[in-house]
Amino acid sequence: MQRSNNDIWVGLLVLIGAAALLFLALQSANLLSLSFQKTYQVTALFDNIGGLKKQAAVKSAGVVVGRVKNIVFDSKTYQAKVVMAIEVQHQFPKDSSLKILTSGLLGEQYIGIEAGAEEKILVEGDKLQDTQSAVVLENLISRFLYNKAAEPADNTEVK
Amino acid sequence: MIVRGLAHLGWTLRVVVADIGHAARLFWQLLCCAPSCLRRFGLVRDQMHFLGNYSLALISVSGLFVGFVLGLQGYYTLQRYGSASALGLLVALSLVRELGPVVSALLFAGRAGTSLTAEIGLMKAGEQLSAMEMMAIDPVRRILAPRFWAGVLVMPILSAVFSAVGILGGWVVGVLMIGVDSGSFWGQMQSGVDVWRDVGNGVVKSLVFGTTVSFVALRQGFEAQPTPEGVARATTRTVVLASLSVLALDFVLTALMFTI
Repeated sequence: MQRSNNDIWVGLLVLIGAAALLFLALQSANLLSLSFQKTYQVTALFDNIGGLKKQAAVKSAGVVVGRVKNIVFDSKTYQAKVVMAIEVQHQFPKDSSLKILTSGLLGEQYIGIEAGAEEKILVEGDKLQDTQSAVVLENLISRFLYNKAAEPADNTEVK
Repeated sequence: MIVRGLAHLGWTLRVVVADIGHAARLFWQLLCCAPSCLRRFGLVRDQMHFLGNYSLALISVSGLFVGFVLGLQGYYTLQRYGSASALGLLVALSLVRELGPVVSALLFAGRAGTSLTAEIGLMKAGEQLSAMEMMAIDPVRRILAPRFWAGVLVMPILSAVFSAVGILGGWVVGVLMIGVDSGSFWGQMQSGVDVWRDVGNGVVKSLVFGTTVSFVALRQGFEAQPTPEGVARATTRTVVLASLSVLALDFVLTALMFTI
């Protein structure tokens, strides 16, 4: 193939394009933080998962230790079955408890895992028993209103 | 009267279908020329230089300004909801998913597509293409295919540059000028943008748009009336058709890629 001056310029163009893609992949999408680490899967049943989605974080003490792999509806217990993949270097006791939390007031939901006291640790395929559902704002408000209505209206009696 | 109307309708339909068939045949021919283009990559390289390097300045300056505007406008909207920290995410997602591929394809159609059409149309008007055929050189293989493949290869590069420069522009306005926290600008972006779902699909989009724009431009030039008015009309049609098909295809691709 004959060489020409264009070689340099086209090569430069390709390099600039590659640099731009690399910038997008590393700086904006943070490819490096994708963990290719080994994980073990555990499942848990929740009464209500709220707005939890696949790939949501599983955090312990605020640090991401795993991801939500799958969410299905269990038609036997009428609960949501959540499959989580937790990185192998993070080990938790078998009686750890799970909570669905929200980051900030309007942020996305994640699962918080709190370590229990038992000696045995979680292994692949384990089922976590102690779960706490997502806080659904509507339920909270209706409970608040219900309590308000049930209270004796002492303010008016005083007057 | 009715019979004549029906005949006219039938004839128009026949012409349209034949047109589509002819376009599909040309497209297939161009695809089949890939091996010969690889063998004589020098031809593709020269076209990449012409289409890509000369568009680079336009693309990066446009990307910078689009990023500026996104940063400014996004900040005003987000700040009403007290979530100005999500500015980075807004800028990056809209650039990587939509604006990068689409706007750079539109600019590419205007900057490079027209020149392709005019070049090929004038070659046709000057009977250079016929002369090549007389010498048993296939003009599709020698002239059209290198330009087509160069356009397909160059488009993702330009679109990636557009998005990257745009994000930097959004950073300049958002972080340096307005004062959004730099950590949350990048952090929210990194937690919200996915490499394969967002960046990867953006590259796929730009490949599709590169194919569309260069094919439309080449076909319009190849089919142009060999007169000055014919070339002028073909150039206009290139911009109109290429822009419309890029926008329509973008809707289809977005619907396919980003539905949850």
